[in-house]
Amino acid sequence: MAIDSEVLVVGGGMAGITAAIAAAREGADTRLVSHKASTLRQASGLIDALGYLPATEPAKPLREGPPTAGRNLDPDEWPDPEGPLTDPFEAIDRLPEDHPYRLVGADALREGLELFDDLVGDAYLGGHTDRNALVPTFGGSVKPTARYPASAAAGLASDDRPTLIVGFRSLTEYDARAFADRLAAADVPFDVAGAEVEFAEAFRADAKITRLAKALDRDEPIDGTPAREALAKAVGPHLHDVVDEEGGVDRVERVGFPAFLGDDHPAEVRADLGDRLGADVFEIPMGPPSLPGLRLEDLLYDALDDAGVRFETGTPAVGYAVTDAGDRIDHLVMDRKGSEVPYGAEAVVLATGGLVGKGLDSDRDGVREPVLDLHVPQPADRYEWFVDDAFGEQPYARFGVRPDERLRPLDETGEVAYGNIRVAGAVVGGADVAREKSASGVSLATGLVAGREAAREVQQ
Amino acid sequence: MTRHTGSDDGDETSGTDESHGIDGTSDDEPRGRTDDEPRGSADGDRCGCGSADGTPQPNVPEIGRDERPAIFVPDEESEERGGPADAPRTATDGGVESATGGSDSTELDPDAYDPIDVFPEGDLDLRDGADSCYKCTSCDTSCPVAEVDDEFPGPKFQGPEQWRLKRKDDHDIDESITSCSNCMRCDDACPSSVPLSQMHNEARGQFVEEQMEKLSLEYVRNRILANYRTSARLASVVPRLSSFAMNFGPARWAMDKVLGIPKEREFPEFATTTFREWWRDRGGAQVENPDKRVAYFHGCYSNYNTPEVGKAMVRVYEHFGYEVLVPPQKCSGTPMFANGMLKDARRHAETNVENLIEAIGDGADVIASCTSCSMSLRQEYPELFDIHGIEDVSNHTFEALEYLRIHEDLDGALAESDGPGDEQSFAYHAPCHARNQGLARQAVETFRDVDGVEMEDVGDSCSGISGTYGWKSEKYEKSMQIGEEMFDHMEEAEGKVGMTECPTCAMQMEHGTGYEIEHPLQLLEETVVA
Repeated sequence: MAIDSEVLVVGGGMAGITAAIAAAREGADTRLVSHKASTLRQASGLIDALGYLPATEPAKPLREGPPTAGRNLDPDEWPDPEGPLTDPFEAIDRLPEDHPYRLVGADALREGLELFDDLVGDAYLGGHTDRNALVPTFGGSVKPTARYPASAAAGLASDDRPTLIVGFRSLTEYDARAFADRLAAADVPFDVAGAEVEFAEAFRADAKITRLAKALDRDEPIDGTPAREALAKAVGPHLHDVVDEEGGVDRVERVGFPAFLGDDHPAEVRADLGDRLGADVFEIPMGPPSLPGLRLEDLLYDALDDAGVRFETGTPAVGYAVTDAGDRIDHLVMDRKGSEVPYGAEAVVLATGGLVGKGLDSDRDGVREPVLDLHVPQPADRYEWFVDDAFGEQPYARFGVRPDERLRPLDETGEVAYGNIRVAGAVVGGADVAREKSASGVSLATGLVAGREAAREVQQ
Repeated sequence: MTRHTGSDDGDETSGTDESHGIDGTSDDEPRGRTDDEPRGSADGDRCGCGSADGTPQPNVPEIGRDERPAIFVPDEESEERGGPADAPRTATDGGVESATGGSDSTELDPDAYDPIDVFPEGDLDLRDGADSCYKCTSCDTSCPVAEVDDEFPGPKFQGPEQWRLKRKDDHDIDESITSCSNCMRCDDACPSSVPLSQMHNEARGQFVEEQMEKLSLEYVRNRILANYRTSARLASVVPRLSSFAMNFGPARWAMDKVLGIPKEREFPEFATTTFREWWRDRGGAQVENPDKRVAYFHGCYSNYNTPEVGKAMVRVYEHFGYEVLVPPQKCSGTPMFANGMLKDARRHAETNVENLIEAIGDGADVIASCTSCSMSLRQEYPELFDIHGIEDVSNHTFEALEYLRIHEDLDGALAESDGPGDEQSFAYHAPCHARNQGLARQAVETFRDVDGVEMEDVGDSCSGISGTYGWKSEKYEKSMQIGEEMFDHMEEAEGKVGMTECPTCAMQMEHGTGYEIEHPLQLLEETVVA
């Protein structure tokens, strides 16, 4: 007997979780399987919907011949992306026609965000408006995003209160002074200074960020002083570091830290530090290892549990069987440490990720979808997969499975490949999520539609 | 129905009898692909692993053992582990022959050229693992030890980084490898399928073999802890006396001072009748069924300390009509891996594989009630040892509840049952090793809809004991710090009885909360069999 469920979701990221919860809320008996621990722990924790509209056509027409390879195409011949966008919804109509947002519609994005708001409660903000918030990220840039963790709320770039950015010498990926300079250069509407303080030095030179977070969670004594007090004391001397345009000194009203202020009790850690400093405290989202990502993962997996979804990690999908008619998937085959176990389902949502998440696989011969071998359109000549400008309009970024508006995957003839499959998230082609700042939104919108569609498939 | 799996014999456990990887003889068709277009044939002899027909299996996630041969060959002593003795070891940089033989470029056949082939790789090379690491630090973030131990540089260092460092002969293994608790959470966290625990096992084995003072008390202590079966077997001769003596105050004080075994911990009690004695006394299997056979790998703990778990396994499986075999067996090796005692582990593995493979030949699948035992048989065995039949053992091994969930209508049987005698609430903790096998949620899912049972997951933290880790005085505090989150969640949970599959997690749960701890099989027996 196979392990059976009505809806089987493959993939434990944002799209998979959204699809699973959407399906479960429609009443379907839902199971989510994921090869590895969720990669949400690598995510910044920001929920972006659409921040930029990259140009898809060069400023002037390309010459004849292979479009890119070895052509040294001048990057300047491409127009800059439009943005940062104030309103992601309003811009959807200007995306390419085969963009996932165009397929599922702006309402799907709106509902996906509403579902997210419902799942995370007051841990996230931004749901009060359609407009993007501008959140400083650890590169010193400002990112347009639809939802942001409560821990980042006091750091919004639209806020004009003077700001201190705190860094630590041992956190090499993060230079507070350079960060502050870059913010100032970006013309943010507030005065800002960066300061490197002694705190993390009490730990080993390459202490894990989780070590620091735990120490703050528990308020562990560091050389005899409780961690939070020690951190506040280290920051204290810099509260007047900000100099305004006239050369006057302001006491800062908010202090930004790298995102390591607690793992299990972040709100408590922030509040405690805020009291001690007499300023609002916020976190600046970072790359991995990302505490905001870990916290989001915890929130969403709790939500899965609450929704009654069954889930497991450690079981990769390694095969499948189609029904006799050949137009539907009968079951998937999961690898359990060497033994192959069939998982039956009436509908399957494939949310395995894109090229980075290994939901798409590539070598020099081609790009393919490895679980169900779904069709991935691509130029036959691999020199047409990319352009020379590393930050340019890269064709490969939009590679992926192409579905219809109900998110059923299409084969090379444009027909629905399997009637009971839905695709969601980065495995869906058509979006350049890194340039558009749309990864979470695409996952939420397509996850929601795929999950509902899968549940409907079961009900029929 | 069209099958798109590695084999097509239509059996639902199909594919399990194939040998994956180690000897490169896997003849799998590429999954989910019915056409015959050749793909990536240039990859054919890459690292001598993967499938022999040179077809990459893009959809097969790179589980360590599918890719790499075993690393531990005991009789080579300190000879190069890096390959056949006559093959010179390849340095990471320099001294490497060009893939094209350094000929001028006109001879290059661009179609045959593949950058992956530049470095010829030895038999036991973990380069693929090191190269797959893109330093995202997911492993470090998931490491329970790094969270509390300032001195521990984390799994990324212990695995890929240390592997690169020791490519050059003059680098010792950093002794911090002994602080790794072998919880293997990093394996589950790595999005790039770096075989972290395999790399840790290799490094730890090398450290213990080559750098650790064999007369040191630490070595002796670790050897004693790793060979729990030996002590338990002796202790079980006089179980009551042993249980008393092992927890006798002055003796414990001395053990702490001399050996470094923390006096805070209570030694588990030894059963007055071991599982195997019980099995013998009841006359072995009560059900004969050549079509449904399982070989029970009870491990040391169910035998010497908690035979009630083993009995529950037998009664539940016989209830479902299985013929239970109990082959001769030794330690699964888990505590030995964690202490770098690979030779001990291999010796035990030889016995286990020999007996289990015979049972498999009789049509049985191997069932373990301890998730670390099943983890060892499934993953570490084929990763570390090259013993005839070890792949078959791996592919035929399951955890007890897992197997029933796959092959029996467990939900149906539970729905029909009247539930346990009285209302019961449990605080369930998923062992780290269960998590890596995809089993972290199975107990909760199996029991949460059963009438009269409350099953609450106390979260995804590590219990902190990790087998022998928490049994070392110098690690005791850290072990308890790691466990704190689980203790808190257990206190918050409704149930005042703990539940877990892992015997040492159970010790830690009991130690931290004072709760009584049960195994899911015991609850299953109570609900389905009773």
